[in-house]
Amino acid sequence: MSDIEATSGFGDESVADETGAATIPEPETRFGLPVTRSRGQQVLHPPREGLVDLVRRLRDDEGFHVCVDLTAVDYLAYEPPRRLPQDVAPERFEVVVGLLSLETRERLRLRVQVPADDATCPSLFEVHPGTEALEREVYDMYGIEFTGHPDLTRILMPEDWDGFPLRKDYPVGAIPVEFKGVQNAR
Amino acid sequence: MGWDMKRGLEGLDHNIFTAKVEDLVNWSRRRSFWGVTFGLACCALEMMAASTAHYDLGRFGMEVFRASPRQSDLMIVAGRLSQKMAPVLRQVYDQMMEPKWVLSMGVCASTGGMFNNYALVQGVDQIVPVDVYAPGCPPGPETLIHAINTIHEQIQNGELLRRREARGQGAGAGLVVEQRDGQPQPATAAPIGGGR
Amino acid sequence: MRSDAVTTVSSDASRTYEGSQELTPRKGAGAAELMREVGSVLRMSEAEVAALADEEPAEDETMILNMGPQHPSTHGVLRLMLELEGETVLRSKPVIGYLHTGMEKTGETLTYLQGPTNVTRMDYAAPLFNELVFSLATETLLGIDEGVPPRAQWIRMLLCEINRMSSHLLWLATNGLDLGAISMMLFGWREREETLRLLEMITGLRMNHNYIRPGGVAADLPDGWRDGVLRVLDLCAPRLDEYDELLTGQPIWRARLQGVGVITADEAIALGVTGPILRSTGVPWDLRKDMPYLFYEQVEFAAVVGSYGDSFDRYAIRLHEVRESMAIVRQILDALPPGDYRIQDRKVTPPPRARIDESMEALIHHFKIFTEGFKVPEGEVYCAVESPRGELGCYMVSDGSAVPYRMHIRGPSFVNLQTLPHMLRGGLIADAVAVTSSVDPILGEVDR
Repeated sequence: MSDIEATSGFGDESVADETGAATIPEPETRFGLPVTRSRGQQVLHPPREGLVDLVRRLRDDEGFHVCVDLTAVDYLAYEPPRRLPQDVAPERFEVVVGLLSLETRERLRLRVQVPADDATCPSLFEVHPGTEALEREVYDMYGIEFTGHPDLTRILMPEDWDGFPLRKDYPVGAIPVEFKGVQNAR
Repeated sequence: MGWDMKRGLEGLDHNIFTAKVEDLVNWSRRRSFWGVTFGLACCALEMMAASTAHYDLGRFGMEVFRASPRQSDLMIVAGRLSQKMAPVLRQVYDQMMEPKWVLSMGVCASTGGMFNNYALVQGVDQIVPVDVYAPGCPPGPETLIHAINTIHEQIQNGELLRRREARGQGAGAGLVVEQRDGQPQPATAAPIGGGR
Repeated sequence: MRSDAVTTVSSDASRTYEGSQELTPRKGAGAAELMREVGSVLRMSEAEVAALADEEPAEDETMILNMGPQHPSTHGVLRLMLELEGETVLRSKPVIGYLHTGMEKTGETLTYLQGPTNVTRMDYAAPLFNELVFSLATETLLGIDEGVPPRAQWIRMLLCEINRMSSHLLWLATNGLDLGAISMMLFGWREREETLRLLEMITGLRMNHNYIRPGGVAADLPDGWRDGVLRVLDLCAPRLDEYDELLTGQPIWRARLQGVGVITADEAIALGVTGPILRSTGVPWDLRKDMPYLFYEQVEFAAVVGSYGDSFDRYAIRLHEVRESMAIVRQILDALPPGDYRIQDRKVTPPPRARIDESMEALIHHFKIFTEGFKVPEGEVYCAVESPRGELGCYMVSDGSAVPYRMHIRGPSFVNLQTLPHMLRGGLIADAVAVTSSVDPILGEVDR
């Protein structure tokens, strides 16, 4: 990451003052965590350790009652610099949690860094029981284990399947198709 | 003075006629031809559309799709076949009684379709022997009816059973299917049933 | 943490050597506690259940039976493991994955223009919604979401509402079939054929249209589309009243659906459920009204909300939603402005075919867009629309290249299926069919 990215590594724009130099905006925080904005959508970057407490607090105190989506991304083959806040170290996997508040009609996204050598993440099942199937899918596709999940087994692939299909080092599995016999083309 | 089968019962102008038993058996087989419900994905919706009022498979005697494979003659594999579903397909096919026919509906069932990846069996003919392929994504009900009529014609001429005997196989087609036992997936993704 | 039955603790037993232990009173427990305590999810792996099959069950033991993945209920390849005591369902577990197509992996190899062909086959009963959410996510990443012309947005709304009608008609038909009302199956498909014919006239295909693309729609509405739409509306409206009369007051229909598959609002919210299931519990959440997209805030319609959370409410909600969609379509007919049907940005929209003969630049653009694809700036975004089944979302991560780095579709049926064990508990097997049908899963978007 370049210097500019490291110090003001959030938001899609940086503000320039009259001299033309980029000023560094006040880092935006919410619930004590750095906030980035992605195309206008609010994203928090919590660490793994306090994730369950944060989500519980968001549900009970802040009104984010619905966990809409829980998925993961494998940044192994990601070439551009990762746009993360200053004190968040980029790791290979990211678990992305989407939350929704029915009263304020607000969406919030949490991006949790998960290292490749320790691919575990605390399970959100205690706070949002609806994440049971979503976490199983992430485990099936990425191999990230969710500690505290009641039944972490494969959900989409057969139970005895080897490998985690959505990882970037897992091949698509395409069979090469050849069109044979184009001889004597007129 | 033989009975002209092509004109159906209108061709009868005598009360007593002679015909080959084989022809009569074929005649009745094609006109009472029930399918087993094997709708998997989008093609299943077009299969249901073909059986409802507008396209009406009932005029061929096929309005009923039996849930039990023991009571059906035709398996229309309608939709994409995933690796997890492949043993189920073979099991249902094995439970059908002879003579049985398989129609591979749609490109996903015929060749894997647009999904050339780890998750799909690239063509159900790797698992079960297919008699007619209906292309389309999804094939409209008219295409499906054309495919069904093709099978009907082939049943009528006895062509299918002739072909099977010529190949030295019964309708079971002599395929070997191995259950996946957790072996690592090779890069060329050989699906269940052994490759082509 | 398995508790198969609720136990009450007497005051003597509550005093253990660790001190007195008491259960939280039932009223104080939240939805999560309730669901864990009642224990409706059968948490056994498939291998364990298969091993059980070799043993003879004793008379007083419960039996674990498989329903599916090939079964006559027309909801695709869903397998339900049911723990039965006689005919009563105790615990259950939906087993999915029989239609897993690797679409998210394939989506990482297809360009953004090819993406809609891939995602449209997820929820194959309402394909235009998948295309819409993919296109919205792509446009947000591109930064052109404000630049899509209004006519394109209105056409998208028109087609999506027609698709909602056809999806709900399909549901009415298959629900009728599952419950034994075969005539409803034939009627529902008759209407659906009309809407499919209309969609074929407009988009070129009956299903899996690939019509809504990033930047707008693939082609403008053809001549005579207005008559086609009016014809469908005039045909459907009285027939929908017929179906209402046929089914709603019918005693057998009511007996099979009322009180069957009840879920409370707390449970639904805790499970992340959206769509008709959430609305049947009384929560008036409809993304078209609460977080509007396209031009939904400019049309008047009602979000249909139930009160009992049972299957009958879900049936009534979907029936009325067809009427609401018809009302929306009528308003769109009046409001549709003239204009472009695609954004004029040359990097995103291919040029008209005629210009390729005249202009070298147009030819190059055409070539580049269709072979290489247009590049999307890096970033990540989540967009959601209200599909007939609930909130359909697309989380897309772009790395600046012509293919998405990660494309995840949040399928509503995938999350909604988690309600099945809680709805099935204590019911009969026949209710299992009714409840599965009322959840309206489409396995294409469950398994992707």
